[in-house]
Amino acid sequence: MQNHFQMEYSIAVSCRTHNLQKVRKFVENILNSLLISPMDSNLVLVAIDELCANLMLHSHYQTPSDLIEVKIREEEDGMFIFEVHDTAVEGFDPSIYEPSSIQDIIKNKSAGGMGLMLVKKIMDSIHFERKGQKNICRVCKTIKKPDIELS
Amino acid sequence: MKVNCTNEGKFHIIAIEGDLDASSSILLDTVLEEAIEQQKHYILIDCLGLNYISSPGIGVLTSRLDDCEKNNTTIVLFSVSEKVFNVFNILGLDQLLPIKKNKEDAKSFSDGI
Repeated sequence: MQNHFQMEYSIAVSCRTHNLQKVRKFVENILNSLLISPMDSNLVLVAIDELCANLMLHSHYQTPSDLIEVKIREEEDGMFIFEVHDTAVEGFDPSIYEPSSIQDIIKNKSAGGMGLMLVKKIMDSIHFERKGQKNICRVCKTIKKPDIELS
Repeated sequence: MKVNCTNEGKFHIIAIEGDLDASSSILLDTVLEEAIEQQKHYILIDCLGLNYISSPGIGVLTSRLDDCEKNNTTIVLFSVSEKVFNVFNILGLDQLLPIKKNKEDAKSFSDGI
């Protein structure tokens, strides 16, 4: 029998920002089914949403025929691995991006950089690789599950 | 996402319902811009129905802070859920944007400035 540690969940959506809600619902349902608390789950939703929104807007310019794929799997030590795949010719590596301070972002009247700041603060690690025609952004987070008493 | 505007005396209340993300933040931006242009000096944002926020939504609020200061306008958020507050908190914005427990507290805070 396959246990959920071997399971990988995935969704593919076209690069339109109205699909962000679909991605969030997908991630939320998976995390709920794995007993992650709504607070932890919401932060992960924000991080994945920010990565997808960046790609949709800045790498794919909301081209409906372009797809991004989000994959989720849980390792046995409570680490969750989330991957965002896309095929933009020039991939964007968020791991090397250094966001400005929040004060500078406010002063410049821009939300630019705030999203990646959230991703970096929420997730434990960010890794980017180009594999063939594909860009893969992998973000990881160890999430503690609530203790469940077995009767 | 839905946005509903009402006036209570001098207070202009903008109630947000749903998810404030990259696809919906433009709507709040338009409403907020109109309120500032119409010289609404006491803007209260009702977040009771706000289910989710990400950086474009937060950016709409922070990008108006400067305009508000120049126009002697205050923006105060109230009835923010714990999960939405948590996102502000991570960015340190809970110290920069007034966030109050309920509408009465938001009104009292605006009056006191």
